Amino acid sequence: MSGELSFTLDNQPVPFQDGQTIMEAARAAGVYIPHLCFNPDFAPHGSCRVCLVKVNGRTQASCTTPAMAGQVVQSETEELRDIRRGILEMMFVEGNHICPACEKSGACQLQAVAYYVGMLASPFTYFYPRRALDASHPDVVIDFNRCILCELCVRASRDMDGKNVFAVQNRGIQAHLVINTPSGKLGATTFSITDKAAQVCPTGAIMMKNQGYGSPIGLRLYDRESVKIVGDVAQAPESAGGRRHE
Amino acid sequence: MSKLKVATCSLAGCFGCHMSILDLDERLFTLVDLVEFDRSPITDIKQIGACDVGIIEGGVCNAENVHVLREFRGHCNILVSMGACAITGGVPTMRNRFTLKECLDESYLSGIGLVDAQVPNDPEIPLLLSKVHPLHEVVKIDYFLPGCPPSADAIWTFLNELLSGRPIALPYTQLHYD
Repeated sequence: MSGELSFTLDNQPVPFQDGQTIMEAARAAGVYIPHLCFNPDFAPHGSCRVCLVKVNGRTQASCTTPAMAGQVVQSETEELRDIRRGILEMMFVEGNHICPACEKSGACQLQAVAYYVGMLASPFTYFYPRRALDASHPDVVIDFNRCILCELCVRASRDMDGKNVFAVQNRGIQAHLVINTPSGKLGATTFSITDKAAQVCPTGAIMMKNQGYGSPIGLRLYDRESVKIVGDVAQAPESAGGRRHE
Repeated sequence: MSKLKVATCSLAGCFGCHMSILDLDERLFTLVDLVEFDRSPITDIKQIGACDVGIIEGGVCNAENVHVLREFRGHCNILVSMGACAITGGVPTMRNRFTLKECLDESYLSGIGLVDAQVPNDPEIPLLLSKVHPLHEVVKIDYFLPGCPPSADAIWTFLNELLSGRPIALPYTQLHYD
């Protein structure tokens, strides 16, 4: 690998091309760094902080940090695992994530990442928010109680579908997903189930109507293999350095 | 070695986790060689004695749940929160986004087909709490075993590791929230 650009991730060399982020290079090398707001089809957002790594001792989001030759990056340390677990624990109490009553369960990225970081119970006090469902669209229902504000639907609708259906309103603890129409209802938009925005939700916030529980328990995406194996890292084009976690 | 004493109960749960314990099937014979059940639906003993391990299914939704939970904490060296309801409050917490009055009115006063509608107020009915809580919001919990319910395999792994004193690590397929 002499002459190639590389950094080390948990003491293993990871090759990268100029312009790649640490996340992109790791993914191409088949190394999973847990993430929720990052999606390989979109420009990085850096908001969920689940992909935090130590870069030369500094804690940074791997999805927004450019890879540079000689960086020493740590991901799977006890400290970072604790931080990630803490972020997931906060996400789970902020909404109503009642897995046994959710159709997304088993194929839910939020749940899969929580499994990955070893979350058993959240020590934080549950919010139990009361946000009205939006079932005004004929094909899709939105449960705002399951939204984690990753803004993937916002980005997909704006940047790929060219519809700009979603937005996040307010800041901090007041931040919440809204529909970009005067009525605030999805049914009043041109949103369609073929939109990219209908496919990207990492939780059960955007769900298809007229279908559900398509896969039996035991056969759902994350039932048998960790998100580390079957998540989007599995679809990544291979980098020059080959795969580590097949 | 004397047998470890184990107590179990279901609070605001559906007994699904206890069904999962029964799913241990023939492994129950191995289990009763290792432990002695104290208060549990399996023994039908009503009063808990001094125990090594208490395993509780279901969250806390009424005054009796609080009483039983505190009794378990007082009598058990190790208290285990088993299943989604015990750990997160679970499906019963779906009422938490509403006021208790809204829930009672919807169920008993404005429901379809009610005759002589009234909210039950017999003194023997435990008073409902205004919200449903996970166990660890009320007492200290030593171990969490997620699942709705945790599979018999997960319960078996958990009990074996607990009884042998090893750190508890569930294989990937045995850790789930549903």
